[in-house]
Amino acid sequence: MSDAIAAHAGSHGTHAHHNDLQHHFDSLEQQHEAATLGMWLFLITEVLFFGGLFLAYTLYRVWYPVAWAEASRELDIVLGAFNTAVLIGSSLTMAFAVRAAQTGKQRATVVWILLTMALGLVFLIVKYFEYKEKFEHHHVPGPNFAFEGPQAGPAQIYFSLYFLMTGLHATHMIIGFVIMAVIAWMAHKKRFTPEWYTPVEISGLYWHFVDIVWIFLFPLLYLVDRAGHFA
Amino acid sequence: MVSGIPLFPQQGSTLAADVDALYFFIVAVTAFVALLVTIVVIYFAAKYSTNDPLEVGARIHGSIPLELAWSIIPFLVTIVIFVWSADVFFDLQRPPDQTLEIYATGKRWMWKFQHLDGQNEINELHVPAGRPVKITFTSEDVLHSLFFPAFRTKADAIPGRYSTVWFTATLVGEHHIFCAEYCGTNHSGMVGKVVVMEQTAYEAWLTGNVGGGTLAARGERLFSDLACNTCHLSDGRGRGPSLANKFGAAERLASGATVAVDESYVRESILTPQAKLVDGYQPLMPTFQGLVSEENVMALVEYVKSMRVPSAAVSRAEAPAEPAKPTVPQENR
Amino acid sequence: MDTTMPVAAPRVTYLNHEHTVASWLLTKDHKRIGIMYLMVVTFAFFLGGLFATVIRLELATPAGDLVSADTYNKLFTMHGVAMVFFVLIPAVPAILGNFVLPLQLGAKDVAFPKLNLLSWYIFVIGFLFTVYAMVAGGVDTGWTFYTPYSSRASNTNVVATGLGVFITGFSSILTGLNFMVTIHRMRAPGLTWFRLPLFVWAIYSTSLVQILGTPVIAITTLALAVERFLHFGIFDPVLGGDPVLFQHMFWFYSHPAVYIMILPPMGAISEVIAAFSRKSIFGYSFVAFSSLAIAIFGFLVWAHHMFVSGISIYSALVFSFLTYAVAIPSAVKTFNWAATMYRGAIWLKAPMIWAIAFLGLFLVGGLTGLFTAALGVDVHLHDTYFVVAHFHFIMVGGAIMGYFAGLHYWWPKITGRMYSDIWAKVAAIIVFVGFNLTFGPQFILGYVGMPRRYHVYPPEFQVLNVLSSAGASILAVGYVLVAIYLVASLFYGEEAGDNPWHATGLEWTTQSPPLPHNFATQPVVTEDAYEYSQREIKVV
Repeated sequence: MSDAIAAHAGSHGTHAHHNDLQHHFDSLEQQHEAATLGMWLFLITEVLFFGGLFLAYTLYRVWYPVAWAEASRELDIVLGAFNTAVLIGSSLTMAFAVRAAQTGKQRATVVWILLTMALGLVFLIVKYFEYKEKFEHHHVPGPNFAFEGPQAGPAQIYFSLYFLMTGLHATHMIIGFVIMAVIAWMAHKKRFTPEWYTPVEISGLYWHFVDIVWIFLFPLLYLVDRAGHFA
Repeated sequence: MVSGIPLFPQQGSTLAADVDALYFFIVAVTAFVALLVTIVVIYFAAKYSTNDPLEVGARIHGSIPLELAWSIIPFLVTIVIFVWSADVFFDLQRPPDQTLEIYATGKRWMWKFQHLDGQNEINELHVPAGRPVKITFTSEDVLHSLFFPAFRTKADAIPGRYSTVWFTATLVGEHHIFCAEYCGTNHSGMVGKVVVMEQTAYEAWLTGNVGGGTLAARGERLFSDLACNTCHLSDGRGRGPSLANKFGAAERLASGATVAVDESYVRESILTPQAKLVDGYQPLMPTFQGLVSEENVMALVEYVKSMRVPSAAVSRAEAPAEPAKPTVPQENR
Repeated sequence: MDTTMPVAAPRVTYLNHEHTVASWLLTKDHKRIGIMYLMVVTFAFFLGGLFATVIRLELATPAGDLVSADTYNKLFTMHGVAMVFFVLIPAVPAILGNFVLPLQLGAKDVAFPKLNLLSWYIFVIGFLFTVYAMVAGGVDTGWTFYTPYSSRASNTNVVATGLGVFITGFSSILTGLNFMVTIHRMRAPGLTWFRLPLFVWAIYSTSLVQILGTPVIAITTLALAVERFLHFGIFDPVLGGDPVLFQHMFWFYSHPAVYIMILPPMGAISEVIAAFSRKSIFGYSFVAFSSLAIAIFGFLVWAHHMFVSGISIYSALVFSFLTYAVAIPSAVKTFNWAATMYRGAIWLKAPMIWAIAFLGLFLVGGLTGLFTAALGVDVHLHDTYFVVAHFHFIMVGGAIMGYFAGLHYWWPKITGRMYSDIWAKVAAIIVFVGFNLTFGPQFILGYVGMPRRYHVYPPEFQVLNVLSSAGASILAVGYVLVAIYLVASLFYGEEAGDNPWHATGLEWTTQSPPLPHNFATQPVVTEDAYEYSQREIKVV
């Protein structure tokens, strides 16, 4: 443990506490380290959560490379690439938000978070249009699924995974959006100081993680066989 | 048996005794360790017990030699068990080259067996004693498991692929067949009996139960009914590869890989023909999924197996593509 | 450290300082949260036990004459779901871990007290979902939910149960996360890693498994629910899907899950054996590292549940070998516990009796794993009553006995009361005898060939089944007895005092029941765990 604090006598009301220090912690530093460690551990659980789907994807892609190539070509690579750029941009704005909070720039923090949220919203809107197109082409798995050619069976598996993976990702984005709204509000209320801006920092970690998941999803789902080996 | 309580299944096959021997060895190891530790714990509890709550024990923290000893020695014992059991496992999973083939399907809630000569049985299986029997089977719906306690063998019946069990039955008489993978309402009713017979009795049974021709003949009829013969011409000039002498050979695929033409590959080619396309052929074959039952697929498999043409009659067009000698597939699915 | 207040004067404890319902339902106190888990888990235990009672009654006769086949299938499914997800996984971590961990660390609470309360609410919501599924028609897939039966064929409440399990998983994840951060960041001054009580090592290792494993069952149940509800086709063989993929994903969590179930009780056993041998656990670092080894190796053996499910011979070899490897750390612990008793000053109070009973039953349970790990024998034993007996010996004979040993050990600290030592020992013996009679015959039944999940069975298996059912009735008496004397202690038990067992450990240096924020002054640790070196127990 980094700080070996000697026992302090009496109850903890004898010296002033930072407003944001919770009572079961001994110092802001300990509290901050705990929060950061907690968020990293949570992100590890998220890796395992998405991991199961990545495992299924990998196995089926190895077994059905032709179906994977054909189905992947049904996705709009332009929209996908655009969304990738949007998300990477939103991670940039998030990083600026953390920096602003760290340096005590309250208004800039709010602005950068709002920008992050706006970019996240753009991503979700594009996703909505992509899903809509899938509905119209009967590429949603289930009784209305339709896919030409002999690869229809495995293609339906591809689309099952597509919707599960992107749907799970979109759900995380929506949750992130809500979290950002709360953080923006707190920043607006000037809750953060250079001594304590932990919520901004750990929300940033979460947002970056959601971005990284997409950076894996994009090539795996959109860029299968662009070179046409399986055509 | 102790007064009506079965303590032990009968040894009904050649491998049953091997499995039992391994089992008894593990029982011995288990009993030895369990007794040793139990006696030690009870002895210590008795010998060192005290009623004085303030008395403390000796200041002993550990012993590296002891830790190493009781880590390494048990590990070595488990290695022995592992190697021995792997050996028994290989025997259980790898049938000998020459086996009497039987096909089966499980469906909720019955076992259907098809013999090569055309006999069909439900929940009953007649086999000869003293000959290796291999059952190739699948499920028509959910997971099941074909379990013969007397032969100490089982395998899951998985929809979408073939499994096999094999045994050489030794004990004449009737033994249990159980479904050993939960499959719904009547899982515990999906039982039957395997009837092991002397060779002469078995042959009598075979002749007394024939109707409708052999399994391969049924397959031949299906082959023509389903128009397979319009593409799979035996001179190799059809839209599909010739199937003569194909079973047991290795086939080169369009992807560059090689596949062994076994029961699973034939089944796969009928139900998902584009999955492993043969090199040099177009992806034209339609799927027969939903058009052919699993039992009829087995008949087709048997027919393809039977398409052994004497070597002189093999078409020149095929000769370079074949290996010198067909290999018997050993893989397990 | 002693309080200057006379025993008769009213003391402030975490139990009496606030009385309203809101002060419990909105508490952030880890001790109260532990008790709230105790309520739900105990209810789930008796619910699962009720299902088991009907099962054993039905199985006393070969014919299916007590309940219909569908009802029977629902009973064993719901027995498994209730016991696995709502008793075995949470019992020691969420009840004893929540209560004891911060005390053993010298901390005021866990790292994230509000998250801890949220974990309890998530647990309750998941439980309510599952109970709803049970009440509204039940579920009959087996607690293992194998596809395609669960995704295509069953017409019972699979989605509701799957969602209940999915939700509850987050409770387990968040608790594990909370405990890991607490152990990393909130140890008292001087409490270095190798001075930690072994219970803490056990909780830490368990938290590792909870964090890494539980998300996989979450995604698996989610995928199953989506497949069933929306007709996606990931596991559907008709589309080319692989039903066995479900098994891989399911067991990737569910095997490590059994280590979530057994590691914390093992930690409790370490505490009890040390305390009642008045001696340091023999081979402390070996026991500590074996917990970590079990947690890590436990992730490498999942396919030993699938030896006959169509995996290749070579995969089977690898998994069998690794399964033997993971057995060794458990054996090491058992030998170390036995060696701890050598030249100890053994005080045969009730917790120690429960611990010794644990040793006997866990030994058999663990050793019978050698059979199921053996490929050549497992082909025969898989999906028979041998496996049922094996896992009940470990889960009930091991995990539940370990939980009871811990509960009996820490009960005075939690409640401030002593229960009847005599009745507790009687209960331990009744449970031990009843348990052996219930599950011992099942080893024989399994080798003879009786498959599991069978509603009806051939008549020649009846005698062994009757013995098993008779044992179950004795077992039930034992458990009910435990509930009776523990509840009675709350009203009639004598006051426990700070340290009725004269044990080491920071939890025994504070009052029983503890203060709301645990310690009056911050403890500082200067020596190893289990220092029973002097006649007077040195207390900081």
